[in-house]
Amino acid sequence: MHIPDGVIGATTAAGFGAVAAGGFGIAARRTREHLSDRHIPLAALTAAFVFAAQMVNFPVIAGMSGHLLGGVLAAVLVGPAAGFVVLTVVLIVQSLVFADGGLTALGLNIVNMGLIGAVGGYGLFRVVLAATPRRFRSIPFAAAVAAFLAVPAAAMGFVGEFAIGGTADVSLGAVLTAMLGTHVLIGIGEGVITGFVVAGVVASRRDLVLGVPEQVAARGA
Amino acid sequence: MDRRTRIFFVVGLLVTLVVAVAISQLASDQPDGLEYVAEEEGFADAARDHDLSDSALADYGDGLTDNPALDTALAGLIGVLVTLAVGWAVFRLIKRRGDDSVPS
Repeated sequence: MHIPDGVIGATTAAGFGAVAAGGFGIAARRTREHLSDRHIPLAALTAAFVFAAQMVNFPVIAGMSGHLLGGVLAAVLVGPAAGFVVLTVVLIVQSLVFADGGLTALGLNIVNMGLIGAVGGYGLFRVVLAATPRRFRSIPFAAAVAAFLAVPAAAMGFVGEFAIGGTADVSLGAVLTAMLGTHVLIGIGEGVITGFVVAGVVASRRDLVLGVPEQVAARGA
Repeated sequence: MDRRTRIFFVVGLLVTLVVAVAISQLASDQPDGLEYVAEEEGFADAARDHDLSDSALADYGDGLTDNPALDTALAGLIGVLVTLAVGWAVFRLIKRRGDDSVPS
C-alpha cells in the first residue's frame, strides 16, 4: 500500500502533502485536547505495534500478499486524532529509515492510511458500533468490520490520486477494479487482526481503549 | 503510569518485539496489493527507486549482513525502538505545546 516516488506526479504529490500537513495540524490540536499525558507511552506503543505488524505480510492470493494498515486499530486504541498521528509517525519512519514509501509520496500515503484509514475508518467503526448491542464484545466486532472496509477505502484513495496525477498511461477503470478486488481480500486479514488485537486489549484493560471512553463506561459485559 | 499500566506497556512492547523480530520471519515475500496491481496493470515502471535505497536499513535491512533472518530481526528491533522513540517524542511535543502559556 506504500506508494513509491514517481507513480503520482510531483504536483499532485505536493498537493496531497499539503493536505496531510493540514490534517496533521488539526490532529495535533485535537490530540492535545483529548489525549492525557499519562497515555503518551501507550500512543507511542501503538505506533511501534503498527510498525511491527506492517512488517508481517500475509499471503492473500498466488503472487500477492497483504499487510495490516492499522488505521482502525490505532484509532480505536488511542482515538482518531492520535490515531492519525500514529500512522503519520509510522509512515515517516518507514520512508526515512527503511526506504519504504517514497519521500515525495509521503503526503499521499498519509492521506490514504492516516486520513482515510484511521480517521475515516474510525467513522465507520462508530457507525457499526452504534448499530450493535451495547456489550463490550461489540467493540472488537465493530473494529474488525471497520478495518475490513477501511482497506478498500484506502485503496480507493490511491485510485483517486492516480486519477488526478498518475504518470502512467493505463486504464483507470482497470486500475480501480484491480485495486478494489485485491484490497477487499486484504481487508479480510486487516479485519481479523484488528478484531483479535482489540479483543485482547478489551479483555485485559478496556479502560485503555481510548477510542470509546464513554461507551466503555456505560457497557455491560 | 500506575503499576498495572506499566505492566500492560511492558507486555505490549514484548508482544510488539516478538512480532517485529520473530513473526516477521514468516512474512510473505510476494508483492503487496499495490505492487501486484502496479505489475498487472502496467504502471510498475513508473516507480522510481527510493532516494534512500542505498541506506543500510533500506528494504528492511536486506543485505545488511549475510544472514537474511538476522537482517529482518535487526530491522524489526531497530524499527520498533525508533518508532517508539519518535512516537513518544512527537506526542510529548504535541502535548507540551498545549501547556505552553507563553504567547508566541
